[in-house]
Amino acid sequence: MRVDNVDRAKNTPDEPMPYAELGMKEEEYQRVKEILGRRPTGSELAIYSVMWSEHCSYKSSKVHLKQFATKAPKSDALLVGMGENAGVVDIGDGWAATFKIESHNHPSYVEPHQGAATGVGGIVRDIMSMGARPIAVMDSLRFGGLDQKDTRRVLPGVVEGISHYGNCLGLPNIGGEVVFDPCYIGNPLVNALCVGLLRKDQIKLATAPGPGNKVVLFGARTGADGIGGASVLASATFEEESQAKRPAVQVGDPFMEKLLIECCLELYQADVVVGIQDLGAAGVSCATTELAAKGTGGMTVDLNLVPLRDPTLRPEEILMSESQERMMAVVRPGDIPAFMAICEKWDVPATVLGEVTDTGRLVMTWDGEVIVDIPPGTAADEGPVYHRPFHEPAGQAALNTHVELERPTDLGATLLLLLGSANLSSREWVTSQYDRYVRSNTVLAQPADAGMLRISEVLPGAEETTRGIALATDGNGRYAKLDPYAGAQLALAEAYRNVAVTGATPLAVTNCLNFGSPEDPEVMWQFAEAVRGLADACRTLGVPVTGGNVSFYNQTGAAAIHPTPVVGVLGVIENVADRVRPGFTAEGLRVVLLGDTAEEFGGSEWAYLAHGHLGGLPPRAHLEAERALATVLTTAAGRGLLAGSHDLSDGGLAVALAESCLANGIGATVSLPGEDAFVDLFSESAARALVCVRPEHFDALAALCARQEVPCYGLGRTGGDSLAVAGAFDIPVATLREVHERTLPAVFGSEV
Amino acid sequence: MRVGVVTFPGTLDDQDAARAVRLAGGEAVPLWHAEHDLKGVDAVFLPGGFSYGDYLRCGAISRFAPLMAEVIPAAQKGLPVLGTCNGFQILCEAHLLPGALTRNAGLHYVCRDQRIKVENATTAWTGDYTAGQEIVLPVKHGEGRYVADAKTLNALESEGRVVFRYVGGNPNGSLNDIAGITNEAGNIVGLMPHPEHAVEDLTGAPSVDGRGFFTSILQRLVNA
Repeated sequence: MRVDNVDRAKNTPDEPMPYAELGMKEEEYQRVKEILGRRPTGSELAIYSVMWSEHCSYKSSKVHLKQFATKAPKSDALLVGMGENAGVVDIGDGWAATFKIESHNHPSYVEPHQGAATGVGGIVRDIMSMGARPIAVMDSLRFGGLDQKDTRRVLPGVVEGISHYGNCLGLPNIGGEVVFDPCYIGNPLVNALCVGLLRKDQIKLATAPGPGNKVVLFGARTGADGIGGASVLASATFEEESQAKRPAVQVGDPFMEKLLIECCLELYQADVVVGIQDLGAAGVSCATTELAAKGTGGMTVDLNLVPLRDPTLRPEEILMSESQERMMAVVRPGDIPAFMAICEKWDVPATVLGEVTDTGRLVMTWDGEVIVDIPPGTAADEGPVYHRPFHEPAGQAALNTHVELERPTDLGATLLLLLGSANLSSREWVTSQYDRYVRSNTVLAQPADAGMLRISEVLPGAEETTRGIALATDGNGRYAKLDPYAGAQLALAEAYRNVAVTGATPLAVTNCLNFGSPEDPEVMWQFAEAVRGLADACRTLGVPVTGGNVSFYNQTGAAAIHPTPVVGVLGVIENVADRVRPGFTAEGLRVVLLGDTAEEFGGSEWAYLAHGHLGGLPPRAHLEAERALATVLTTAAGRGLLAGSHDLSDGGLAVALAESCLANGIGATVSLPGEDAFVDLFSESAARALVCVRPEHFDALAALCARQEVPCYGLGRTGGDSLAVAGAFDIPVATLREVHERTLPAVFGSEV
Repeated sequence: MRVGVVTFPGTLDDQDAARAVRLAGGEAVPLWHAEHDLKGVDAVFLPGGFSYGDYLRCGAISRFAPLMAEVIPAAQKGLPVLGTCNGFQILCEAHLLPGALTRNAGLHYVCRDQRIKVENATTAWTGDYTAGQEIVLPVKHGEGRYVADAKTLNALESEGRVVFRYVGGNPNGSLNDIAGITNEAGNIVGLMPHPEHAVEDLTGAPSVDGRGFFTSILQRLVNA
C-alpha cells in the first residue's frame, strides 16, 4: 500500500485531500498550502488537522484567554505560567507545586469507564512532564439528573474508571465535586485535576534544544486508540484496501503509568533529560511539533521506528494515535545508555526515533521516503485564531427577572429536603471508591472543603519543611447560566474560600471552562463573560491563573449545557499541623458565623428543589469581603484559634450547620442572628464561613474579625445529639445522617 | 532490627510501610522484586498495591518474582512475613497462607475506616495487641473477600489462626468476617486492612492503631 510522500505531493498538486472529513475548514486548508508552497501530504494533513483543532489550538478561545495574562495580578509565586504543560507555583522553602485541571467530557459519555480513566492518566502525565512527582488527584464531575436513566449508566462507569486508574496508579484522590443537573444528561463533565511536587530549581520544560540530541519515545506501544479521523486518510484517499473503523476512545493502562512515573523520576534524578513532553491529544504530532518549535527549531523522526501494538498502522494513524502512557524526551547522545538502563529497570520500552536539528524543519520519514517536511511552529503555535461573534442570549433578560417564590413554613423539613437532595447529600458512595490514603501524605480529604497534603515526606530533601498544600475545585453552572461573569467569579470565590477554611493561603488558580458550541454566538457570549469575570476576580483576589483547559461543544443538538467554569485553587499552609479540621470537632465549642447574609436565592438549591425554578440573579460575588474573610481564617488558623471550620455555599447556613454536625456526630444549639429565619438559614450569600472555637478564643477571633471588617456572630454552642435552631427546628443528628447518606445508595446500590 | 519492604512493579504502599517501620524504631530495607537477595533482613513486609497491574489474578504473577524464590523458603523456616492487601493476596497465591481473596461482594473498590477485632495476639506481628481488642484501620481494595473451603475454614477457626475479623459491617463479604489470618507457626500474617496508614496523627486514618504491628515485630525480634 502506497504512502503519500512529499515528492508525490509536489507532483500531484491537485489531488483532492480529505481535509473536510478531518474537521478542517477550506480556508484553513488553503493556509496549509500557502505555508508549504504545495499541497500537504496525508501525514502533514494529519498533523495540521489535529494541531489546528479546537482542542489543541484554542482557536476560538485564545483571544479571550489572553486576559488571564493581561489582567494577571502581580505574584512572586508564579514560576511557570500559561502555555506549558502545567503551571508551576513557588510554595516556599525551595519547593514548587505544579497543578492543572483538564476535561475528558466527550470520551466519558461514549465510554464512561475508559473515558474517565484516561482523563486521569492524561493530566497525571502533564504534571510528570514538568519534572514533578504527581502527589494527588481530584475530580470535578457533572451528570444528568439523578433520576434520569442514562445517569445510572454514566456515573458508575465514570467513578469506576477514576477509581480503577487512580487507585492502581497510587495517587490519593483528595476531593472534588459531584453535581447533578438535567442539562448534563447528554454531556456529562469529567474534569480531572492533578498536583505534583518538585524542587523549585528542577523544572522541566517541553523543549528540544541542542542539535544532535536524541529524540526518545518511551512508555506504552502505539495502537489504534483515538484515531477516528485518521482512517479517512489511510483509506479514502489512497484506494486499495479499506481500513476497518477504528475505536475512537483511548484505553488506559494505569500499571504502565505507575511504571512511567517511577521511571521518569529516576530519569530526572539522574539528570539525563534535556526536554520532555507527554503524549496526549494528537500524540506524536503534538509532541514532535511542540518540542521542535520550542527548541532549536528542527527535528528528524523515522516513523518506522515507533513501536506498534498494531503492526498494520499507517504513518497517518501513528501520527494521530492517542494511545496512552507515552512520553517523549530529548536526551544528550552520551546519556542514552544511562537513559535506556533506567527504562529497562522499570520495564518501560524506549526507542530513539530521531534527533534534534537546527534546520527549522520537522522532517519525518517512512520506508526511507520523506512524508513530512514542515516548519513545526506553523503547526504548534501558528494555528488559526477566530474572533467568534457573540451576543447576549435572547432570553437572558427574562431569565434574570426576579420571581417571588412561595416560602416554606416548616424550615426543618426544608433542611431535610436539601440535605437529602441529589446535589447536597453525602458523596460517600463515590468517594469510598477512591483511595485517599496511599503514600500517607493526606492531611485532609473528602468530605473536607479542601484536600490537603504534607510535603515533607514526598521527595528526598523535603524533610525539613513544615509546609503543606491545599486544593479545592468548585463551579456552579446555575449561577453561571444566570450571569456568566458573576458565575465564574463565584466559582473562584468558593474554591478560594474552601482553601482558606482549612487554614491555607490561596496562591494560584487553574480552570476548566466547559461550554457549548463556540459557533453559537449566545454560547460564545457566555464564554466571553465567564473569562472576563474570572480574569477580573483573579486580579482582585491576587491569585494568578497558571493554566487550564477549554472544553467546547458540550452540546447535543441545540441544547448546550449550562456554562460551567470549574475553578481549582491551590493554597499553602506554613505549618501543616495548623490545619483546621472540618466541622464541629468537640462539645462545648462556640459556634461562630463569619460574614454577612443577604436575601439571595437566585440559582439556589432551594429554588430548584422546592420550585424547580432557575431565574433571577445569582448571589453577589463580593471579592473584597472574600479576601478579608480568608485573611481572618488563615490568621486565626495560624494562631490556633479555630477548632473546626466549614464554608457556606449551596444550601446556606442550614446545610453548613448540618454537615458540621455530621463531621464528627456532634450536635449544636444555636440561634439565628437576623430577623428572617428562612433567609438566615437558606440564603446562599457568598463570603461566609462557619467556625467553632474554644470559648476562651472567641474574643481573639472577634477582634481579628473587627480588624478585617468581617461580621462575626456567635450563634451558640456545640454539643448534644441534635441540631437545635431556636425558633426553627430541633433535629437529631442521627436523622440528619440517615437523610444525608441514603440518597446515592438508593439509586446506585449499596457501597459494599 | 531490619525489616525488608518489598517493591514489585505496581507496588504502591512501600513508602508507607517503610515509614511505619522507621517510626517504630526499626530500619526499613528496600527489597527489589528482580533480585535474589533478602539482604539479611530479620522480617519481610509485602505491601499493598497492584503488582503487575493485577491483570491476571491479584498476586498470581508476583508469586513467581525472583525475590519470592527467597521469601518463600525463608518464611517456611520461620522468617516473620507480613502481607497487607496485595501482599496478603501474594501470600495466598504463594501458598504460604491458605485460601484466596476474590472480588468484593459489592463489586466495588471500597476505601473506608474499618473497625476490626484482634482475635489472636500471639503471632509475630500482633504481640502488642490483646485478644478481643477492637481497632480501626483503613481498608482499600476491590478484591478482599476471603474464601476457603469448609475444611480450611474449620482448621483456621479451631486453631485460632483467624487473626483479625471485621466488626460493624463486613466491607467485602469475607467468609466468617475474616480480615486476616496466620500460618500454623504464627510467623506469617496476611490481612486486607492497612496498618501502615494508621501510624501518624497528622495523616492517614483517624487512628494510630496500626502502630502495634510494627512495635510487635520489633519487640519479637529483640526477644528472639
